[in-house]
Amino acid sequence: MALLVAAVGGAAGLSLTALERNINLFFSPSQVQAGEAPDGGVFRVGGMVVDGSVARGEADLSVNFALTDTAATIPVAYTGILPDLFREGQGIVALGAMRGGVFVATQVLAKHDENYMPPEVNQALQAANRGKYGGGDSGAPSLP
Amino acid sequence: MIPELGHFALILALLMALLQAILPLYGSFANIPAWVAVARPAAYGQLLLVALAFAGLLYAFIHGDFSVAYVANHSNSHLPLLYRISGVWGGHEGSLLLWSLILALWSGAVAAFTRHIPDRIAARILSVMAMISVGFFLFMLLTSNPFARLIPAPAEGRDLNPLLQDIGLAIHPPMLYAGYVGFSVAFAFAVAALLGGRLDAAWARWARPWTNIAWMFLTIGIALGSWWAYYELGWGGWWFWDPVENASFMPWLAGTALLHSLAATASRGAFKAWTVLLAVCAFSLSLLGTFLVRSGVLTSVHAFATDPARGLFILIFLGIVVGGSLALYAWRAPALAAHIRFAPLSRETALLINNVFFGALCFAVLTGTLYPLILDALSGAKISVGEPYFNFLFAVIGAPLALCIGVGALLRWKRDHIARLRRQLPAAALVSVGAGLLWPLAMTHHPYSLNAGLGLALGCWVMVSALLGLRERSGGWRWRNLAHTPRSVYGMTLAHFGVGVFIIGVTFTNAYSVEKDLRMARGETVHLAGYGFRFNGVSDHRGVNYDAARGELVVSKSAGGGRRTIALYPEKRTYLVQKNPMTEAAIDAGLTRDLYVALGEALDGDQVWSVRIYYKPFIRWIWLGALLMAGGGLVAATDKRYRRRARSAAGEATAVPPQTAGQAAAG
Repeated sequence: MALLVAAVGGAAGLSLTALERNINLFFSPSQVQAGEAPDGGVFRVGGMVVDGSVARGEADLSVNFALTDTAATIPVAYTGILPDLFREGQGIVALGAMRGGVFVATQVLAKHDENYMPPEVNQALQAANRGKYGGGDSGAPSLP
Repeated sequence: MIPELGHFALILALLMALLQAILPLYGSFANIPAWVAVARPAAYGQLLLVALAFAGLLYAFIHGDFSVAYVANHSNSHLPLLYRISGVWGGHEGSLLLWSLILALWSGAVAAFTRHIPDRIAARILSVMAMISVGFFLFMLLTSNPFARLIPAPAEGRDLNPLLQDIGLAIHPPMLYAGYVGFSVAFAFAVAALLGGRLDAAWARWARPWTNIAWMFLTIGIALGSWWAYYELGWGGWWFWDPVENASFMPWLAGTALLHSLAATASRGAFKAWTVLLAVCAFSLSLLGTFLVRSGVLTSVHAFATDPARGLFILIFLGIVVGGSLALYAWRAPALAAHIRFAPLSRETALLINNVFFGALCFAVLTGTLYPLILDALSGAKISVGEPYFNFLFAVIGAPLALCIGVGALLRWKRDHIARLRRQLPAAALVSVGAGLLWPLAMTHHPYSLNAGLGLALGCWVMVSALLGLRERSGGWRWRNLAHTPRSVYGMTLAHFGVGVFIIGVTFTNAYSVEKDLRMARGETVHLAGYGFRFNGVSDHRGVNYDAARGELVVSKSAGGGRRTIALYPEKRTYLVQKNPMTEAAIDAGLTRDLYVALGEALDGDQVWSVRIYYKPFIRWIWLGALLMAGGGLVAATDKRYRRRARSAAGEATAVPPQTAGQAAAG
């Protein structure tokens, strides 16, 4: 019985420690610009890919684009193959860290549904709009 | 007309389930044999009615009746027949109907194959299963009617999500649900035993084959899902620790613990209360999994708010099932307490350790999956739990678990002696460590990988000791002994062997995979892991209901002249209705390695593309291991000992076949 309790306690402690180390917080571009995101630490950022901002490298698979929540815009750099549904004007979530003012992404996620807006992105957009128009939910313009 | 008949059949099925839930249960306590006898015919009747309802929806799909809203949302007249059929369970409402059909099938099977169980107990089991059916029928009829009409009917349907237009995902949900719902049998057995206040070893023996079969289906279902994700999502990963995957994995972990705990209860009468609790947990997690995936709560906690009726129903239903069964457990479990004595070194202890490990794994997955949801619901904070969390915990808990499997498979009931293990285990350890040290040297294309070595050592340890366990329990390698060894021993050996194969597959894939995202021009060749990949450009291709850009890559061995070449045709598809692009990877599969190529996008006209090229050694072993485990579950379920009639409780404790104990000493 004591063995059982010790094992369960150990497992719980282990999970919580591991959980603490592997949580990825989410920030909107506004929050990143305001310096709320950890500098150099890994976190997620989400927003819409700015129209006309996607620029690809000539020789490799590097790509740069701008991500916005309509109030603030941050530059993102990524190397690799983008998901099928990555396009300009589409809501995406990227995992990575800030390096010298650029968000260097290790993973870019766009869900497989043209109408899908990642919930975090939707919320970030709404928050940004509330700030801009000074009103509550009803005052915000409807979002795509 | 047909959809209305289906709807009507569903309502009748609800009434039949109510009958099956109430009369036999009451009759079993009030001693009214006629009411007890209602259970079986009612179960058959319910099955017939749900089958009619399901056939009605199937008919609407096959004939493209877009006046049914659910069909209009999940089908299209250009959809191939196979996917028109699998479209039935391609969305929320139809999935629930499939769930109910499978539950009715399990109920029917319980009604048909429990002749050896006393009528009163069988009636209670069927009655508990009917209560679950009632919940699902009500959920469908009140909030998610698959037969709801859409007037005026659209001329064309919105098509099935292209990701679901695949054979792997056509059969994945039925398998998964067969597993989920199968645990309802163990759950019903447990609740019936709690209601009756009596639980003996015979109970555990009756419950074992049902649990085995359910576990087998769930194992196959999860493996199919993993395989599908590997080739269909175009990333070449086989497990993402996505909440949807975790939702199916948690019942599996609890179910695995249950299988082992049932073994101790059936053979020794040990851990009775714990076994019952696990049966409740496994099914509760199945329900949680179904609802997590189906309610949309994973995409957003606020999805609940978009359809409050569904969310509320789910919460209430889960509350009744989990809360009710746990309350019953708290009330009755003290009566189940048994004081079975066993030594610290015994098979009972080994099974207990197994349960501790699987409990810990299940807890870890549950925490990682639900924590972000709970935090979001409470504070609105958006977090995600990264893959490293799960990978770390599974490595830390999984490795000692694998070590214990080896010893546990060899141990005897009640008391064992360390001296006996000392004769058997050193050879197994030597083989495992030797293989683990030497193998990475043989992988000349790769740097020495300690992880692969460790994985191989663990895998060999599990496989060799599984075979030693078979020898131990059959009494030696003589044919006469092997022929008399119970099927459950073979099942265990096969499943444990599968665990070893799985471990090797996972660690080798992790250690030796080579993954490259490249920019390739037409005619360019790249070399990777001893293979040359030549890109021959992309051409247009027309499918049944999609257009595709189809690339051609010719693969040859870099060394040795390259006599044999393989042509791979990855595609980038655009389905005609839902205009999303879809990556269709091309794979050359093999027992020791997969070659995996997928198209990214056109970078420079049609001449230059981004291309993913992966070399995935031993990845097939992951699913092969899972299949062996599932096979083990099936073989064990056919053991004759599980189908004997109830006998006196005294006889149960010695259910271990006599020749095992006697001959093992010689072996």
